[in-house]
Amino acid sequence: MADFETPEIREYPLIPHIHEGAMAGTKPFVAKPEHQKALGFPGELVENWKEVAIDKMGDLLGKYRSLPVFLDSCVKCGACTDKCHYFLGTTDPKNMPVARQDLLRKVYRRYFTFAGKYFPKLVGAVDLTEEVLQDWYSYYHQCSECRRCSVYCPYGIDTAEITMAGREILDAVGIGAKYSNEIIGKVFTVGNNLGLPGPALKDTLEGIEEDVKEDTGVDVRYPVDEKGAEVLLITPSADFFAEPHVDGLIGYGKVFHQAGISWTLSSYASEAANFGIFIGSYENMKRVAMRIREAALDLGVKRIIVGECGHAWRVAYSFWNTLIGPFDFLDPRYPAPQHICEFTYDLIQRGALTLDKSANDHRVVTFHDSCNVARASRMGNMPGGQFIIPREVIKAVCNNFYDMEEGTIGEGTFCCGGGGGLLTDDLMEVRVKGALPRMQALRHVVEEHGVTHMAAICAICKTQFAKVLPYYNFSMDQIISVHQLVGDAVVLGAKQ
Amino acid sequence: MPIDVNGKSLETDEEGYLANLNDWNPDVATKMAQDDGVELSENHWEVINFLREYYEEYQIAPAVRVLTKAIGKKLGPDKGNSKYLYELFPYGPAKQACKYAGLPKPTGCV
Repeated sequence: MADFETPEIREYPLIPHIHEGAMAGTKPFVAKPEHQKALGFPGELVENWKEVAIDKMGDLLGKYRSLPVFLDSCVKCGACTDKCHYFLGTTDPKNMPVARQDLLRKVYRRYFTFAGKYFPKLVGAVDLTEEVLQDWYSYYHQCSECRRCSVYCPYGIDTAEITMAGREILDAVGIGAKYSNEIIGKVFTVGNNLGLPGPALKDTLEGIEEDVKEDTGVDVRYPVDEKGAEVLLITPSADFFAEPHVDGLIGYGKVFHQAGISWTLSSYASEAANFGIFIGSYENMKRVAMRIREAALDLGVKRIIVGECGHAWRVAYSFWNTLIGPFDFLDPRYPAPQHICEFTYDLIQRGALTLDKSANDHRVVTFHDSCNVARASRMGNMPGGQFIIPREVIKAVCNNFYDMEEGTIGEGTFCCGGGGGLLTDDLMEVRVKGALPRMQALRHVVEEHGVTHMAAICAICKTQFAKVLPYYNFSMDQIISVHQLVGDAVVLGAKQ
Repeated sequence: MPIDVNGKSLETDEEGYLANLNDWNPDVATKMAQDDGVELSENHWEVINFLREYYEEYQIAPAVRVLTKAIGKKLGPDKGNSKYLYELFPYGPAKQACKYAGLPKPTGCV
């Protein structure tokens, strides 16, 4: 299948022996000049890159108070070392969160601290060299910005912020990652990550309407660009395109149908994902998100609901208000934005949906918490709602549910291995190895409880698992959308 | 790395997708498949031809569901599912078949 070895799932998780340089040189394709320029970055490595990089670092240190705090406060206690799925899967010590931070920290000390300027050797400060730059490119693309390490850091150092700064500096000197940067450009020109133009979106949605009609006999609608609809649904474009994502989209439509709430997608803002956050670029994140505000105003909707996408929910929940707000034009009785799980959960609580749980009796389900939902947002009006609500939704539509081991779920959840802009074939080794801790936890509930399916609420997680499950002797269709479970259980037609 | 087809050198990207869509002809698909150790059957061609027709109309590869439905109509309902498509194109119908058809690789969370 590939030219690397899939790590072995053992009886219980082990902290591996380190192998220095195990992943050195592993890196994603570099963005082409046209991808770079579309985002406002230089097309290729600039001649005076050293100077530009240091200037950019200075700029970020001034702009984000968090960055100097994180760079200054590490005491090398080691609590983070065994918390990163990429370290556990690759055994490369530079994938320990502290080591990943140190790649930036040692240069920061050299150019921005008194001790580092005058006594570099005493404080581990080093010059910015070609080698350091290459290490940045390699190891800042072996971090999914999942923030698991920050949960265990006594100082709360967030390695994701360091990775974002690292990537921002790399973009500023002209070497961005092709995967993320090409995709952001497509959002600007076409409206979504896929590059799916409006007519293709309409054709795809019409096909889905036909399929649902064939399956259920009911005219469930999947509308796009309908002015005056109550709800604008912003969902990842993978929901239109890929499996198992599309079955989740079908589920959303059935829920809206039964709730009797008019809704629409937008062909202009046909993407929930916002890779601007992955590359740490506030400007690009804002530009991507602004399309959603424009679409909401243009369509005259009263509510915005976000579909199953992990980092999109972080951007929406944690940043939209200041990024593209205020949302004073929306109906103040509803959360702005609202997560699709929150929406479905409310309907279930009010008894507005008739649910046939037995429709999922052939499945034994577990739930994978997606990192950006788990550690960077919330859901509903209760603490921990982001953990409770998706599980309550699943339990309302499914008789067989078992959680994976504590410490691998909730705020300690392990990343799928493909988040943060790493979901690309050129990083397959990183993705497969990084999935090890999650695969280990899944194996455990499969053996213990006969779990057949793992549900998720993130397009990246779904695609990543569909790809890596077979490496660990599972089958690709064991990953499923939460709203596929819902869609299969919702009884359509007049309420009984 | 360019690919040589009928004595002509065609430019491709890092993953072997054609750089210029207009360079495509059926021999390109055959050559790419050969390099992967695959011999293209009539059923492979049904998929490749559908992808090209769809792309011509919509400037994007079809969604998996659109593709499986179309193939089901052409080759019979037992073949209109992604399992069958994965048998034909083990690296994933969206990616491997697009490559042979000369289409760009689908991007995003897919």
